[in-house]
Amino acid sequence: MTAPVLEVRDLVKEYGEGEARVHALRGVSLTVERGDYVAVMGASGSGKSTLMNILGCLDVPSSGRYLIDGTDVGALSEGRLAVLRNRKIGFVFQSFNLIPRMSALANVELPMAYGGVGAPERRARALAALEQVGLADRVRHEPNELSGGQQQRVAVARALVTSPALLLADEPTGNLDTASTGDVLDIFDRLSASGRTIVIITHEDDVAARAKRVIRLVDGRIVEDRRRIPAGGPPPRAASGTGEDTAAGTVAGAAADVEAAG
Amino acid sequence: MSPFEILRFALRGLAANKLRSFLTTLGILIGVAAVILLVAFGEGASQGVQQSIQRLGANTLTISASFGGGGGGGGGARQQGGPRTQARQLTLEDARALADPAEAPSVKSVSPVVAAEAAVAVHDGASHALSQLIGTHPSYFEAVNKPVEAGAYFVNDDVLAARKVMVIGRTVAEALFGAVDPVGRQISVSGVPFTVVGVLKESGSSGMQDADDIAIAPLPAVQQSLTGFGPLGSIIVQATGADTTETAQAEVTALLNQRHGITPTGTADYRILNQAALQETVSSTIGTFTALLGAVAAISLLVGGIGITNIMLVTVTERTREIGIRKAIGAPRSAILGQFLVESTVLSLVGGLAGLLVAFVGTRFTVAGIDPVLVPSSIVLALGVSVGIGLFFGSYPANRAAKLRPIQALRHE
Repeated sequence: MTAPVLEVRDLVKEYGEGEARVHALRGVSLTVERGDYVAVMGASGSGKSTLMNILGCLDVPSSGRYLIDGTDVGALSEGRLAVLRNRKIGFVFQSFNLIPRMSALANVELPMAYGGVGAPERRARALAALEQVGLADRVRHEPNELSGGQQQRVAVARALVTSPALLLADEPTGNLDTASTGDVLDIFDRLSASGRTIVIITHEDDVAARAKRVIRLVDGRIVEDRRRIPAGGPPPRAASGTGEDTAAGTVAGAAADVEAAG
Repeated sequence: MSPFEILRFALRGLAANKLRSFLTTLGILIGVAAVILLVAFGEGASQGVQQSIQRLGANTLTISASFGGGGGGGGGARQQGGPRTQARQLTLEDARALADPAEAPSVKSVSPVVAAEAAVAVHDGASHALSQLIGTHPSYFEAVNKPVEAGAYFVNDDVLAARKVMVIGRTVAEALFGAVDPVGRQISVSGVPFTVVGVLKESGSSGMQDADDIAIAPLPAVQQSLTGFGPLGSIIVQATGADTTETAQAEVTALLNQRHGITPTGTADYRILNQAALQETVSSTIGTFTALLGAVAAISLLVGGIGITNIMLVTVTERTREIGIRKAIGAPRSAILGQFLVESTVLSLVGGLAGLLVAFVGTRFTVAGIDPVLVPSSIVLALGVSVGIGLFFGSYPANRAAKLRPIQALRHE
């Protein structure tokens, strides 16, 4: 086995100064092997988003070590960090974060444009990625012409088009209805089955239920790290039958309703 | 990330806000057009004045009597200046003395000039009021740079014999003869018949005065029939070369001082107008004027540049989230910096080119008698400055965009 995709040691993140100091992370250590599908769970304020931003190299920790694919991130310059974000990490955000007024195709091509991939190859790979998320017929549409679920699928295509070592998803289904949630999670299942490493942040149990490993964060500390299926194995949903699918969908829908009502 | 790619992103960014981009461009357009146009008008004015001065002939000195009041040797002594014995008019003897190659070696020719006032020329029922009727010697033509187009000059023999011959300007020829060739025909000026021997080449208007509305005849002929044998109106002295004009002026001054009895402390009763000096003065004056106009225009260019900064700052703020997304998916700092720099440079370059177009169209028109002349250096400068403005005024907002931390940019709402 090569170096783990992701390895963090004693990660601490603090915001503010003096009295107003907030400890978002109080020493998190975590190792994610290649091909794993990890769900990080926690309530609001548990530090899961902070962890996510640090894992995605969008933010820097106050202290602690972070290695991605064996590379120490803390030692990298800003330029190297940009290359790392481009090559090693694919990001899926809760609010989609597509660039407005750019077609789905152009949005998916963007990381490769920054990565210096030639135009013809870029186009082919972007089309393939969109095909993979089932949006081959929507490539010319701009984000405001797409539904939320479709936008998120474009975002997933954009995240995976560079074949990153790590796919990070920050509550990817938080803004989606039940059907779209199912679509997006199915895509994650397929990606996991094909061996991609995924870290997903969520506070919904039925989303976490699809992961091979569930980590629970409370007040900036890992309180639970439960492996359900070996990192090399198939994701639980792909392993089980489709009968459970509808049931889980119903539960997820109910959860979404409660959320909306709250 | 290729430069072409960055350009594509920048154009897309600009196209997203067409009205805003257009208005920003307008600021630069006006600035560049103003700089090029005003400099062109300044240059046009300068060239116009220089041409009309040159038309009088380069390296010539015009000597004229310098006291107020008409004829008579008396003239009142002026209060200012030193003691003045008696002011004298310029005479033909003065002219002859100046023509002495021993006394004034730098003088090539001397042309005594009298001008008849309010002369009306008549030919075959057509009449024309001459704005200038000049009696002089043949050297005058060369000294003041007036070549003939048809026929010939009159010659020294004509002067000695006081023959009533005449060389007329284009305006006079057209007024009296129309399409007919005037050479060999007779004009009657104030009842005195003159034979036309030549027509001057057209020299064009010098602004205030039509330089072609002129008739030139031998000095004694004009004196006999029109002005009388009084003092000379002026003496035109041509120096042997442009570089000897100053020497010629010194020689002329010495001779005239001696002849008119002017002491070194006294005030001269004549005045010498040096064309070269005049030209220098006028062009330096107009140069200052042009620089002033250019400076005013440059201020508008500067204001346009600040407009670019303003708009780019708004754009960067407005698109902070987009910048965050781009950074999150791995856009290097240089790509973000490049995109916004190119955006601002494209704005200013498009404005500059449009301004250039406006200036090209503008310089086709003649305003207030001035033919604008495009100065290539002003075009290069204005365009260069407009691109420079894009880079300079765009660099602050672009830097701000590039320096944004991805997480802060993503959280921006």
